[in-house]
Amino acid sequence: MEHLYTKPSKEDQLKNLNPTKDTIQFLLNYSKALRITKYKQLDFQMILN
Amino acid sequence: MDYNMASDASLVQEYIHGNEQALSTLITRHQQRIYSFIYSKVFDKDVSEDVFQDTFIKVINTLKRGKYNEEGKFLPWVMRIAHNLVIDHFRKNKRMPMFENKGDFNIFSVLSDDELNIEKQLIKDQIECDVQELIKELPEDQLEVLTMRIYKDMSFKEISEATGVSINTALGRMRYALINLRKIIEKHNLILTN
Repeated sequence: MEHLYTKPSKEDQLKNLNPTKDTIQFLLNYSKALRITKYKQLDFQMILN
Repeated sequence: MDYNMASDASLVQEYIHGNEQALSTLITRHQQRIYSFIYSKVFDKDVSEDVFQDTFIKVINTLKRGKYNEEGKFLPWVMRIAHNLVIDHFRKNKRMPMFENKGDFNIFSVLSDDELNIEKQLIKDQIECDVQELIKELPEDQLEVLTMRIYKDMSFKEISEATGVSINTALGRMRYALINLRKIIEKHNLILTN
């Protein structure tokens, strides 16, 4: 019974969700590597290593 | 600048001007809310990670291209992108259903027949027949608009021309027709679902 009452609700479970650190790191690295160069009306996208 | 205290709008401006730390703060600040929102729709951690990642790739691209306009707020904008990507995910899955490998392979989990079977066709015919009877209880003007819109597939402009009333009146009559239909359905305790 105790287990039933102490089990977090579905809403609480949803509140504590986070993406993995790898995903965050990927996004930050992607952002650092991305260069967008404008030429006239064109956007050139480059991913720098 | 204290990034943790800064508003979203100022962090966005900092990021647009090349400060990468601002993006990190924005992600850290909103990651839980956005990820939880995505997970609450797809209920799969791997898919949630993918959608979260795609969401921020779109955010980064838009900001770096200078296409972001601070009309609304940052978080609702990101949530809208996430929401659209979740819809895209489900659309893609509908066209190409995902096969869940649980050991016992069932061919019908990936193949389905979109055509209605005899039972469903009978139920559909019965519902359509019931609805046709129900709409006869509507006032004449509402019945006229509803019939033209649903059964004759006319636009509201065409309906207004045919009935000699304004488009707004035709729209209002359609609205009241639907409200009254719902009331009739509730009154008779009818279940009109397949």
